[in-house]
This record gives sequence, structure tokens and C-alpha cells, in this order.
Amino acid sequence: MKLALLKKFRVVISLLFFVFTAILFLDFSFSLPSKISGSVLYLQFIPSLVKFVQLVALSAAGFIIVLILTLLFGRVYCSSICPLGTLQDFISYISKKFKKKKKRKFVFLHANNRLRYSILVITIIFFVSGSLFAVNMLDPYSNFGRIVNNLARPVMLGINNASAFALESINVYLIYPVEFKGLDITLLIVPIVILGLLLWLASSKGRLYCNTVCPVGALLGFMSKFSLFKIIVDEETCTGCGACEKVCKSSCIESKNKYVDFTRCVSCFNCFDSCPTNGLKYEFALKRKVKFKDVEIDLSKRNFISTTLVYLFGLTTIAKAQKQVEVYKDNTVPVVKKNPVSPPGSISLDHFTDSCTACHLCVSACPTQVLQPSFLEYGFLGMLQPHMDNISGFCNFECKICGDVCPSGAILPVKLEDKKLIQIGKVKFIKENCVVETQGTDCGACSEHCPTKAVKMEPYVNPNFATPNLRIPTINDEICIGCGACEFACPTKPYKAIYVESNPVHQIAKKPEVEELAPVDTEEDFPF
Amino acid sequence: MDRRDFLKRSLGAGIAAGAAVTFVGFPNIIARPSKSIAGNPFDLVAVKGGEPGAMFDKAINSLGGIKNFVKPNQTVVVKPNIGWDTTPERAANTNPELVYRIIQQCKNAGAKDVYVFDHTCDTWTRTYANSGIEKAVKDAGGTIVSGDSESYYHEVEIKQGKKLKSAKVHQLILESDVFINVPVLKHHSSASITVAMKNLMGVVWDRGYWHRNNLHQCIADYAAFNKPTLNVVDAYAVMKRNGPRGVSKADVVTMKSLLVSTDMVAADAAAAKLFGAEPDQISYIQIAHDMKVGRMDLENLNIDRIKI
Repeated sequence: MKLALLKKFRVVISLLFFVFTAILFLDFSFSLPSKISGSVLYLQFIPSLVKFVQLVALSAAGFIIVLILTLLFGRVYCSSICPLGTLQDFISYISKKFKKKKKRKFVFLHANNRLRYSILVITIIFFVSGSLFAVNMLDPYSNFGRIVNNLARPVMLGINNASAFALESINVYLIYPVEFKGLDITLLIVPIVILGLLLWLASSKGRLYCNTVCPVGALLGFMSKFSLFKIIVDEETCTGCGACEKVCKSSCIESKNKYVDFTRCVSCFNCFDSCPTNGLKYEFALKRKVKFKDVEIDLSKRNFISTTLVYLFGLTTIAKAQKQVEVYKDNTVPVVKKNPVSPPGSISLDHFTDSCTACHLCVSACPTQVLQPSFLEYGFLGMLQPHMDNISGFCNFECKICGDVCPSGAILPVKLEDKKLIQIGKVKFIKENCVVETQGTDCGACSEHCPTKAVKMEPYVNPNFATPNLRIPTINDEICIGCGACEFACPTKPYKAIYVESNPVHQIAKKPEVEELAPVDTEEDFPF
Repeated sequence: MDRRDFLKRSLGAGIAAGAAVTFVGFPNIIARPSKSIAGNPFDLVAVKGGEPGAMFDKAINSLGGIKNFVKPNQTVVVKPNIGWDTTPERAANTNPELVYRIIQQCKNAGAKDVYVFDHTCDTWTRTYANSGIEKAVKDAGGTIVSGDSESYYHEVEIKQGKKLKSAKVHQLILESDVFINVPVLKHHSSASITVAMKNLMGVVWDRGYWHRNNLHQCIADYAAFNKPTLNVVDAYAVMKRNGPRGVSKADVVTMKSLLVSTDMVAADAAAAKLFGAEPDQISYIQIAHDMKVGRMDLENLNIDRIKI
């Protein structure tokens, strides 16, 4: 096989991964992601790793495949599988078109090992101490997900809605506008910062982000030292023309010294394509010793140890601090949600916060938009991990898509029949806030929406009003599943009269009792 | 989330751009005939014992045929109850077979377009699909339209209203020549039972306002403002308890009944009787009767009772 062909192969594979991953986050028919996300995202490193740590299951072995691939061929993940990597290639490609100089050239840069391995070490320490905070902020797949879900998706919905309005004015209802909930501006800071960093780095320095910021890049880079196949310069055929160095987006080829820093190589294979003399080889590493002139590696080892010590002690307390936080306070009648509500299938707040990488795929796949990125609900370290926001929506009784799409095992897939009994929280009623109490008129919006009738309307005499036949909500939290439909529907302002208090550990609700009704004689006369 | 909140949150999404599209004037809702059709002897037709489609055929024939209500080239909006993400046998939504037959009849009468929508409680894409109504509409040649976007709803003044002074109403209701209201009779936790008048809550955007401000009065207020051309009450399968959503199939009894009337109050009163309740015990029926929206005194009405 000609080595130059490898680049074409890589381009095709990377586009496939990129397009399908983007579709997962952009789909608003709410049907596709649950069908294909499992296979599309199987190889995404961080979600798979997180899931594996939790489950130790074959369904979560994608990251092992990536590790094996890396040990064989280097960082193929970074150029072929990682959607954030391909996004950078797009940025780089487009910026090249706009640059005055026709041919933009990359030049060899020295590795910033201190920075990249420090970030890796910090991330690992967070991870080991039980917090996904650093992983969530830095995981390239999750960052890609957030950029698409929080920035690209709203733009796409905006275009869709504008088209829907245009067509509707000529009475064509072929496409429909999508009501968009959520999107708190403060939550956009992280994706905007990351996208800005990518735009800057990718347009000027190729894959510098992957080789300085990205912990997955650093980890796989470290692993690729031991890769069986490595790209090296063939000193006999190489003429030192520097063509490969100019196309190397990782800036890891130093043509004058005929040297390739394979730990920073993202295996894009552009160099093979560019070389006029077959001066580069993808060589079986055991065949001959590759010269490494990386002196800084020792420094980073030292760095590893020192940072380890610092962070090991500082972090466990921070990690614990995220568990107990007030969600909001009602100024008139004190309503305090003790904990955020995590989606059905996430077992417990601990399981969820320990395994969610905040990629927001569940957020974009949720048909009711009840799943929203959190700000401080799970604490600072749980920032951006989604929670059930009953102001935006409520959990549809007949839906379990979030568990089907979650790539990291934070929300485990459950059978629909089981999901209907998973109690993620319990209903609480504040009579003092209820319309029936304050206005003396019928309402019942909560009970209408309740799928199990854990909220029922019972006759009530309001001492302050003479309204006949009044009914007030009564609750039976044994059969409540915490879906939040009552809270969503409750019309009182500014505070709700009914809400869901989280179950920090999910429980099983009782099944509603079913009594048969006597059949009606359809032959009878009309009662009027 | 209130409107300001919604706008704030959707600023970045560019959706505000779409919301800026303005509409002027809705002549049809004012001009639409709400009285009973000339030469029609019956105030109400009640049918029993048949399948939904066949019962509708009998009822509409009794009123002189669909041609009395739908003229060639007119646009029709059919408003069933599609509120809940449940299957047809749960009877939380209008029977799809009935919706199919109504659209078919309108089409046969020469209707240009027959639109169907509801402002649903559960996610609309799921309720449309799982209720079987989306398929029924498409099969019958109608157009199913979303009721899920605030941009479809336009503010109108409700002069007759005591509590409800204005509402944002779906443009199909405001613009269509003919409005056929197709509720399903059900138990209802807030309103006792839901029939024709209560079904109109699904044509407005902000239902929360109604709930906060004397639900029964608001239902009657809106009924006084917007009288459908025809009301077809589906009582084929009736949810007797745990409404309006229902918990299981066990909440439903088969009654094989159908009511058709141009008078929502009469339809609701008859439906209450079928359900086993007294019309004057259901506040909004009494209020609407008192406001002269229609008549609940069934004993004084001319009713065609048909048994199949």
C-alpha cells in the first residue's frame, strides 16, 4: 500500500466520524440519536473510559481499542476519530483560504511538555480523586458536544425557524418551528472560550491545542512512545527539502535534523502525501532504535510528582463540596430544593456526577428539553453536567432516550417499563402557594399532568372563600416518580406550589393501583 | 418560564428574529357564523352504538350533511384533543378514526385545506405520533400542523371576558373559514369533565393564566369569544377517572357514543349526562349558560337521538 494513500483514508474516516457525531447533536426529530449513538460514539475515549470505570463492561471497551490502536499506529484517535480534532482541521483549512499568502506553512515547534503533561496530571488527579471536573472541561469529545449543542444547534434551530416562518406565510406547514428552551448565557462561557481558543490556535498553529491543552492528546502522545509503528525519516532517501515540515499541522517534524517527535504526531499522514522522495517511513519500531532527543521529559516527570502531591491533598475536600448545594430559595415561602434531580437511569447523584463528562448529548436528544446543563446545582466541580430542570420541561413518561444515548454510562439504558417506576425524586406540595388556597378557585394543572396520579384532586373547603365544589391537590409520594410534570405545569407565580425534591439515590416507586370499572351497557337509552 | 425569560434565553438563538414577524387582522374569527345553520331542525344530535366514523356520518346527515358547514374552496381547521403521549385505547386523545372521517367528509365537500393541530401537554411530536392522529390526518389528506411554537399564536382581545380579557390564539383558528372542534369526553381533575369548551384551551398559548385566574370563568369567557362552526364530541371510549391523562386502560369504558352540535354548551351538558354528572354541577357549563354562550337546558332543546 502506498503511504500517500493513508491520508485519503484518514480524511474519509475522520469525515464519517465528524458528520455522524455532529448529526447526533443537531438532530431534532428526537429519533435518530437513540438508534445510532451507541455505535457512533463507541470509540470516544473519555466517555468510554468513564463508563468502563463504572461498569467494567465490553460495551464500554472503546477506549481500550483506542489504546491498542495507539500502541500499534500512534495517535490515530486524534486525527480520525476525535470530532474536535477534525473541527480544528476545518478551522485550519478555512483560515488558509482567507490568508493572503497562498501557501501557509507550518514550522517545527519545540514541545511544551511541561504544560501538556501538567494538564494531563491534573486531570488524572481530579479523576482519581472522584471528580470529573477537569475531564469535563477538557475532554475533546465533550467540548465538541458542547460547542455543537450550545452554539451550533441554536443557530441551526434559528435557521429552521426562520424558514418555517417564511413557508408558513404562504400556508406551507412542511417544516415546523422548534421552541427552544434553556440556553443560559452564563453556561455558554465554557464552550465559547474553548471555541475561541480553537479558532486562534487552529488557524495559526495547526494542532497546537491537541499538543498543549488536550489531556487525551497528552495521554495518547505519551503512549505513542511505545507504538509499534512510528513515522520516521529515512535518512537515505530524505533530501531534507522540508516539504513535510510545511504540511505538518502538529509541527512535530524537524526536517533539518531529520527528526519526528512522534508523541505529538496526530497520524494525519499529510507528510507522506507531501514527500517527493519517499523520505518518510511508517516503520515497525522494534526494527531499529528511533532517536529521541526529548530532554524535557525528565522535567515533566518531576513536575508530575510535585503536582501530584499538591493536588492530592487539596482536592478531596473540593470534590466533596459539590454534593450538598441549595438550588434556589423562595423569598416568600421558603422553598429549598436540597439537591438537583438527576435523570432516570443515573442511579444516584454520586454515580451521575462521577460518570458524566458533560458532553450534552442527552441535552440535545431530550424531546422535552427537561435536561439542561447545570450551573452550580451540582456544585462548582459539577458545572455543566445536566440536571432535570422542571422550569424548562418535564420528563416524558413514555421516554427513555437519555439513557440510550449517554456514551459515558452516567445515564444507564433502562427498559421503558422499569423507567416508569424509577423514582428520581418525590413530589412536595406547598399549600400556601397554591391557587386553590390563595385565590379560592379551581386549578389542578399539576394533577392533570401527573402520569401516575400521585397528585390527586380532593374536595376542599377553603375557609376564606365560598367557592362550591373546590378541589385541592393531595399527594401520594409512594407512587410518584419525580418526573416534574406537576412542577412544570404549576402556574403560580413567582414560586411554584408543587415541586420535586431530589432522591440523591434513586428509588423504586410503587405501581399505581388499578381497579377495573364496570362495563357500560351501550344499548341503554340516552340519559337526556 | 415567562415570556421575558423565554426571550432572554433565546436571544442567542436568533429565534427572536422569527418572532418579530407580525400579522395584521383576523377577519374570520369575527365573521365566522356561530349560529345554527338555517333550516336545521336540531340543536343537538346524539348517536349511539356504532363505530366512530359511522356515527359521525349519521349525525352529520341528520344536520343536512357536511355541505351545510363546509363550502367548496374553504379552509377548515379541525381541533381534536391530542394532548397526551398515549395510545388510542387509553382514550386520552380524540379517536383517530373519527378525525379521519371528519377530514374525509370536509375534503369531499370541496375544502381546499384541512388543518389539524393541538397545543399539547406532552411533547407534541410524540403525542401526534402515538395518538394515531398524525397518521389519520395524513391518510385522509389533511395537513397536520404544530401547535408548539409561540410564534403561531396571536394576541386577540376578548371583550366578553370577565376574567380572560385577551389571549394568544393559534393563527389557524383565527384564519380558517371553518372551525370544527372535536373533543373527547373525559374525566378531568381540574374541570370535572372535559368536553367542547374545555378543549378550546388547546388553541391558546398561555394556559397557566387560565389556571391562575379562575379556570371555570376563563373557560366560559373563551367559549363566549370563539364559537366553533361545529362541535363533534367523541364518547366512543370514555375515561371515567384519573383524567385527563389517565393512568391505565382500566380507566376507560366503551360507550360507543357521539354528540354533534353547533352549541358547545348543549354539547357539554349532554356529555355531562352521558358521563353521569349533572351539567349544573360543572361550574363552567353553568357559567357559560348564564353568559348565554349556549344552552344547557337539554329538556327544552330539539335533540335527534339516533341508535345504530
